[in-house]
Amino acid sequence: MDKYQINHLRELEAESIYVIREVAAQFEKPVMLFSGGKDSIVMFHLARKAFYPAKVPFALLHIDTGHNFQETLDYRDNLMEKTGTKCIVRYVQDSIDQGKAVEEKGVNASRNKLQTVTLLDALDELKTDAAMGGGRRDEEKARAKERFFSHRDEFGQWDPKNQRPELWNIFNGRKNMGEHFRVFPISNWTEMDVWQYIYMENIDLPNLYFTHKREVFNRDGVWMFKAPFMDLKPGEELIEKDVRCRTIGDITCTGLTLSKANDLEDIIQEVAATRTTERGGRADDKRSESAMEDRKKEGYF
Amino acid sequence: MSDKNSGYLNMELLRFTTAGSVDDGKSTLIGRLLYDSKAIFEDQMEAIEKASERIGGEEVNLALLTDGLRAEREQGITIDVAYRYFATPKRKFIIADTPGHIQYTRNMVTGASTANVAIILVDARHGVLEQTLRHTYIASQLQIPHVIFCVNKMDLVEYGQETFEKIKADIDGFSSKLSVKDIRYVPISALNGDNVVDRSEAMDWYDGPTLLHLLENIHISSDINHDDFRFPVQYVVRPQTAEFPDYRGYGGRIASGAVKVGDPITVLPSGFTSKVKTIDFFEDSLEVAFAPQSVTITLDDEIDISRGDMLVKSDDLPRTTQDLELMVCWFNERNLVPKGKYVIRHTSAEARCMVTGVQHKMNINTLEQDTEDLTVQMNDIAKINIRVTKPLNVDSYYKNRITGSVILVEEGTNETVAAGMIV
Repeated sequence: MDKYQINHLRELEAESIYVIREVAAQFEKPVMLFSGGKDSIVMFHLARKAFYPAKVPFALLHIDTGHNFQETLDYRDNLMEKTGTKCIVRYVQDSIDQGKAVEEKGVNASRNKLQTVTLLDALDELKTDAAMGGGRRDEEKARAKERFFSHRDEFGQWDPKNQRPELWNIFNGRKNMGEHFRVFPISNWTEMDVWQYIYMENIDLPNLYFTHKREVFNRDGVWMFKAPFMDLKPGEELIEKDVRCRTIGDITCTGLTLSKANDLEDIIQEVAATRTTERGGRADDKRSESAMEDRKKEGYF
Repeated sequence: MSDKNSGYLNMELLRFTTAGSVDDGKSTLIGRLLYDSKAIFEDQMEAIEKASERIGGEEVNLALLTDGLRAEREQGITIDVAYRYFATPKRKFIIADTPGHIQYTRNMVTGASTANVAIILVDARHGVLEQTLRHTYIASQLQIPHVIFCVNKMDLVEYGQETFEKIKADIDGFSSKLSVKDIRYVPISALNGDNVVDRSEAMDWYDGPTLLHLLENIHISSDINHDDFRFPVQYVVRPQTAEFPDYRGYGGRIASGAVKVGDPITVLPSGFTSKVKTIDFFEDSLEVAFAPQSVTITLDDEIDISRGDMLVKSDDLPRTTQDLELMVCWFNERNLVPKGKYVIRHTSAEARCMVTGVQHKMNINTLEQDTEDLTVQMNDIAKINIRVTKPLNVDSYYKNRITGSVILVEEGTNETVAAGMIV
């Protein structure tokens, strides 16, 4: 590489910092969504870089489904204390208690979809005009079409057919009363970029991402952790395995990977190798494609 | 950094856009690149460590990889750019995949605005068509530094060298009239993989590089303007804490050029001068910084500087003006309004402007200028004049893609209605 050249991770970093600063400059009350997963941890790290030595000039917002891993919550609280950042938490349980959201039934019940209700209420309550999320375009086909600055109407809805064109690095965040924006600062990052960046920057992660022994059960080919509120189906049994999380979300929809990777270098190797299986599961991707698109239209992140 | 991963941390980033209609085999080509390059990535990783399983199955349906596109079309979301990613050990690639139909000029413009490379597909059976001309014209207008013409479906013309040479000569004929800096030609069959990732056995007369080899090796570090330091101020960083009571830094992304500590700086539009005190990046202080880095700069003197201002080197100033001549691509169903007022955005600056004249429209199929019909409609490219309510600090788009570009926003709807390149 030439003298005045930076590698792909530094270029992605520079782009994301640029986007985050645009949000702080163009909006009055932005928030940054924080889930405790690796993508939002990286996004928050970039935000700290964007404004240093000043503190991050907006609050973080965590939508707590009530079904989080305790390790994630502990990690979140430590990080906020260490960096002196405010994190607002809103609970899906409150939306359920208020009758705004209805809990799904059955063994596969998940609060994943219910989050949208709590999220939209929180954005409204906080008078947020821009909410940043750690969505990446490589994650999912509906996301491949998403802009950095994604306009939402007064109902929080996304209209994929009528997106604003995004040219050069000029972001148009102008809006009318009641409308808001979703902004995706790490749009151009892939799963691999995120891991390499965590490695390069030596970013601290929740232990769940590294191998540990845990009692798990297998449901439809996926290894799951059994939380107290979950029931086993007939035929399912708890077994101790070496596992780690590839992504961290709600317990009910976080599959665990059988893995002995206990450092970032091993994880990077594993991610590189598992690229094939991501492609192998395309039939599932397809079924979930319209599901994601539909949820996004309703205001899901 | 340990050996087993260090190689992967030092890749360059290359952005490219693809133009061509479905029939040209664009989906197949992208599928081929995504699929074959991932195989390379994996093989390399395996060589480093005894990595896990190989790709399941011998035969891969390449269309499957881009099926998302087809679904988009079925759902009527054709008017959109989709972004796709892949990496080889040398580079990480971002593809802005744009639909190629005539009515989607604006999408190609969007995809082209940040691209280092444009891949334009030509069907070997049909040769140069109007759309080839149109795509080349857009690539040249948007100053994409490198254009690669892929003459596809060579398998359907018996891999004939004459067919390839004829198409090459035709393209040379009209592209010489346009300002494309670097043009390459590759005869391929996306379907069979000839000259995409692997060298074709059927075309031994071709001794140039394969498409992927070109994408991996084309020299892109000089695509950025390294000469003229331009730093649009995005955000003023003022911690006002006990530890940093008087810190006042200017956050932004360097649009072009480089800067060092101690450099004499002029602040525009005020014209005040100072020197660079520090270049800060998180907990580090840098001696020198360059495009496209995002940094925070502090100056020796206290000057009133806010978002929208620009820091430049005192011996290399941009043009500061209220009158601009623009090539615009119109994006909206509502036509350009002569004498109409729009919001204009240029780097981090925002102002209002009035359209003072329409000089001509381009017929992008014949490359002729139309001075009769001056109604600028969606997907039209036109040369216009505007007057801005306050001075902007600009360069010509030809010299600088960041400080030479603007967008126009309609007041009321807040929609982005035009992309403008400063003449």
